[in-house]
Amino acid sequence: MRFYEFESKALLAKQGLPLPAVSRVAGTPAEAGAIAREIAGPVVLKSQVLTGGRMKAGGVLFADSPDECESAAEKILKLEINGHAPRGVLVEGRAPVAQEYYAGVIYDVLAKLPVMIFSDMGGIDIEEVAEKHPQHIAKLHFSTILPPSDFRAKELVSSLGISGSELNRLTRIVAQLARSFTQYSLTLAEINPLARLEDGSFICLDAHVDMEAEARDRQQAILEELGIGPDETRQARPPTPFEIRGAQIDAVDHRGVAGNVVEFDGDLGLVIGAGGGSLTLFDAIRRHGGKPANYCEIGGNPSVSKTCELTKLILSKTGVRKIAVMMNVVSNTRVDIVARGVIKGVIESGYDPAHKIAIFRIPGSWEQDGFKILSKYGVEYCDRSVSMFDAAGRAVAKMQQA
Amino acid sequence: MSILITRDTTFIIQGITGREAVNVTRECLDYGSKIVGGVTPGRAGREVYGVPVYDTVAQIASKTRVDGSIITVPAPFARDAAFEAIEAGIKTMVIVTERIPRGDVAQMVELAKLRAARIIGPNCLGIISPGEAKMGGLGGRAEDARKAFSKGPIGVMSRSGGMTTEICNTLTAAGLGQSTAVSIGGDAIIGSTYAELMPLFDADEETKGIVIYSEPGGPMEADLARYVKEEKSRLPIVAFMAGRFMDEMPGMRFGHAGTIVEGKADTAAEKIQRLEEAGITVAERIEDIPALLKKRLA
Repeated sequence: MRFYEFESKALLAKQGLPLPAVSRVAGTPAEAGAIAREIAGPVVLKSQVLTGGRMKAGGVLFADSPDECESAAEKILKLEINGHAPRGVLVEGRAPVAQEYYAGVIYDVLAKLPVMIFSDMGGIDIEEVAEKHPQHIAKLHFSTILPPSDFRAKELVSSLGISGSELNRLTRIVAQLARSFTQYSLTLAEINPLARLEDGSFICLDAHVDMEAEARDRQQAILEELGIGPDETRQARPPTPFEIRGAQIDAVDHRGVAGNVVEFDGDLGLVIGAGGGSLTLFDAIRRHGGKPANYCEIGGNPSVSKTCELTKLILSKTGVRKIAVMMNVVSNTRVDIVARGVIKGVIESGYDPAHKIAIFRIPGSWEQDGFKILSKYGVEYCDRSVSMFDAAGRAVAKMQQA
Repeated sequence: MSILITRDTTFIIQGITGREAVNVTRECLDYGSKIVGGVTPGRAGREVYGVPVYDTVAQIASKTRVDGSIITVPAPFARDAAFEAIEAGIKTMVIVTERIPRGDVAQMVELAKLRAARIIGPNCLGIISPGEAKMGGLGGRAEDARKAFSKGPIGVMSRSGGMTTEICNTLTAAGLGQSTAVSIGGDAIIGSTYAELMPLFDADEETKGIVIYSEPGGPMEADLARYVKEEKSRLPIVAFMAGRFMDEMPGMRFGHAGTIVEGKADTAAEKIQRLEEAGITVAERIEDIPALLKKRLA
């Protein structure tokens, strides 16, 4: 879950990381001008968007006067970057920089530990430094059981040959970054560039943090403080009303999962599961030339009402002609309960299950009971002797006939 | 033989009185597993299908040998439950719980490593050694598990619990039984990756071949490719890659928590290439796996 730069900075400041004296978001050119007047010096204006490539796209501009700042803000606020409209423009004072560094923390999922990354070549993409100047980058894992300790940060920074007061100041910053990472359940914490000013002090010029979605409940206090609401998913694109409704259906009832609904523009509605099964089936539908209206995941034995509501939601989507109900061989989800929920959803939507359900392929626990219900309503179903791929093919073939 | 569990493995279930845990208890007992106790704080003295419930893990471990634990407590309590099991001296933990924050998982795994213990999962359905025992919900009810899983020479590792059963069912139908099938979990950080379980399969004489189910996201497949090349594994591997469509939708989250494409090296296409370069056969469809495997075993 990605944070805007201004949110990232507000979060890092809580651990004491040094920010520019004035760093505020403006929603209008006039507000930007007012911030520049307060700074009373050269400023930088940065578009607040949840995407990279801001600089290249013209989302970062400089200004020497409040008037210049206003017109630069006007440009930035109108500029969409990679399809993202800016949340505002961040205005900060500009100070002469002696050197730029990089400091970051991520998880190394193979070592299963967080790793601190530091470079004395900041301001450029860290992957590029790693590739072209490996002697200017240092990495060091740190324990998740010991508290994030200054000595590890010191070892990291000194491994690039840095000593003196520069070492001591950088140690403090990198350790504060590591502590922020742990304390706020982040999966990425990055300061790039981290600048040493001509007077020897350090400042975070740009910052980027991602928080783990799984930790949202635990981090509710800080999310509220930053004004990030529970409905902000921060996916690659904002959720559609259809997807929001899907999440609501999933949240109403704790029994099982009927969620992760993603909207597409096809005509075949999918009630599919579970995590891996859905990925496999979505691929299969596309391989057969089918056009999915949605992605979703059911699993963990969802209740009849949950499956019913999800079915109704999918059938209510414009352009959906039929639905396919498919899963891998199930262990803990009951076939009969899914069958009941789907049939109820189709009937409550005013359709005939035999006509509306292209195929039902969920073999496994309680399958005999499930198949009995499906037979009663004349729904075409298949057992484990039909592969997921072939079941998807049968659904697509029906769409092409219809 | 098998890896990780046999019919002699004794284990407990933490969170045994939960709705799903009660079902898992029944399934495992019916399959022949030896469950020596369960833990739910405040519920000591009860029984779940004849399995005695205790307040703490130590109360069981002080009385009897406990080889493993299934941890199926809500996410906010999972880290503490894992710590409790590890500190009681248990060496194999199956963590079923989903949506545990990554930092908590890293802590459990780090402690397990210090204590020479192993974690399977989180966000997994456990382990089954067909004909021996099952530890977790894999395969569901014993009668259903016996339909999908059969004893034989194939080791199976899967990032998806459901697809473990689907793949083993396909293998069983083609006459290829399994030595052990492991649902390794769908999270970004898991206790045991493919490459970490491979040495166990390599050392198991009964295992003649491996099937893996994989997804976009993360470096686990590349790490398996590295293991196969560097350690010169004797076992032929067939892989199935789901979620190929995700390559067109970077940054979107589908499937498991670990399945998000963040960089080029994470994509299905890139992973398929890495696996193939290491001599791993990549199947297009699940039903193609048995024939590909038989060809490699011949």
